[in-house]
Amino acid sequence: MKRPQLKRPALLDARNITRLYGPNQGCQDIDFTLHQGEVLGIVGESGSGKSTLLRVLSGLEAPDEGQVIYHSTQQASAAAGSATENLDLYAIGEARRRALLRMEWGLVHQNPRDGLRLGVSAGANVGERLMALGQRHYGDLRAAGQDWMERVELDPRRIDDAPRTFSGGMQQRLQIARTLVTQPRLVFMDEPTGGLDVSVQARLLDMLRTLTRELGLSVILVTHDLAVARLLAHRLMVMRQGRVVEAGLTDQILDDPQHPYTQLLVSSVLTP
Amino acid sequence: MTANSSPFLSASSLDKTFVLHAQGGQQLAVMRGLSLSLAPGECLVLAGRSGIGKSTLLKMVNGNYRVSGGRLTLHFDDGALELSDLPAQAWHRLRRDVIGYVSQFLRVVPRVSAREVVMEPLLARGCDTHDAHQRAETLLARLNLPERLWALAPGTFSGGEQQRVNIARGFIAEHPLLLLDEPTASLDSANRDVVVELIQEAKARGTAMLGIFHDEEVRTRVADRLLPLEGHMLGGTEMPASSAMPVSSESSSATTPSHKESLQ
Repeated sequence: MKRPQLKRPALLDARNITRLYGPNQGCQDIDFTLHQGEVLGIVGESGSGKSTLLRVLSGLEAPDEGQVIYHSTQQASAAAGSATENLDLYAIGEARRRALLRMEWGLVHQNPRDGLRLGVSAGANVGERLMALGQRHYGDLRAAGQDWMERVELDPRRIDDAPRTFSGGMQQRLQIARTLVTQPRLVFMDEPTGGLDVSVQARLLDMLRTLTRELGLSVILVTHDLAVARLLAHRLMVMRQGRVVEAGLTDQILDDPQHPYTQLLVSSVLTP
Repeated sequence: MTANSSPFLSASSLDKTFVLHAQGGQQLAVMRGLSLSLAPGECLVLAGRSGIGKSTLLKMVNGNYRVSGGRLTLHFDDGALELSDLPAQAWHRLRRDVIGYVSQFLRVVPRVSAREVVMEPLLARGCDTHDAHQRAETLLARLNLPERLWALAPGTFSGGEQQRVNIARGFIAEHPLLLLDEPTASLDSANRDVVVELIQEAKARGTAMLGIFHDEEVRTRVADRLLPLEGHMLGGTEMPASSAMPVSSESSSATTPSHKESLQ
């Protein structure tokens, strides 16, 4: 048997990112590469800087130092073909960054209210990102809305209802549908199962696993829940006081943690 | 051992030490200087008393445990691959295509049906859903799991039923290297026979297997060689390695009784 191809192309490089609000508040010296098709979990307790890091990585907040480099394969021009283009997220300008966020990336907020427009219909929420990409055909947008509602296990007959009439778990699934409808390559998720009941959480986890596999998504996932990380993430970074203290294969971090803080974190989990 | 066959997996002078920071950085050496060689189509069975830490070796080969010293190498036709310093992002694909692991306990994914649990390794490779479906059902039927259970999540299954789901999941993708951690522990004799058949079929197609079998009869039927671990495994009955990994299913099953007691 031949050696399997284990190298995968890089999708995102974080280069020495620092964003501090005060001493040890924020994140410092973060350096890693995310590869295509990889789910990277960022774990740590509240205040460890993981959400700050996610904001910097996802284009919402410029770092004090360092760079976020995205390897785009979207063709820049007809002549350039599908060659990779390295985009420095905070050097490309606001308009380009917004376009990237709209077209190639997706962001799933912990609170679905932050990612949805609660007053407009579920269908309009799903269709909005498609419209931003230039789709205007009402029938197509509605069909996409229904299709995605089914994929996230929402009743498509509720397509005309406003999300404010949905439960928290339903809103979260709608937010995921709204994010994935444009088939992004890279999705950022901030505690996607955070505020949900346990039964709803299980359902969402299963759905996220299936969708990431089927769509070949790359995901950067922030969570404080190690069980969620075990189920979803291929690799983990453990953060404490703004710094990454340990990084590696998920099973290895959880079964054979090396750093004193990771050992403490892993051994403090309650297992029912 | 097939003398004319070069090894697929080799280990030389493997060491494993846990450092327990919560206990003042106490070092716990559990393995010293272990070497082995495993050829395609061969089943090597780890021998040694219960609690010696046989699973430790399997977990090192599967990447769950880091290698503290020595080398662990896979030999492909076009070159060797060193596992002890493999970057984290390489493991995902290596496990998908090369290394299969039948653990003692099923790590239950909530809400996912037994059939889907078994199909998943094929779907991860991008196999056709219909084919994966059929192969999963064929295996579950062979392992005598009642058809009414296929669409249910295995969380509520008995130990033996869960183990059969786990075995089907482990064998379905026909990995060239299989790690078997007591796959027959809670099975009746009819199902033990099925597992022995599965192992023999895997051997026939060239699968290299590293296994732990407490059942004497099964061991005799599947083992080409025994690898005695005494002298290399330093862990005794007091080895607290499992206390360093509370997220694993092993320790969760260990904590269940006390939890129940506290509820009474």
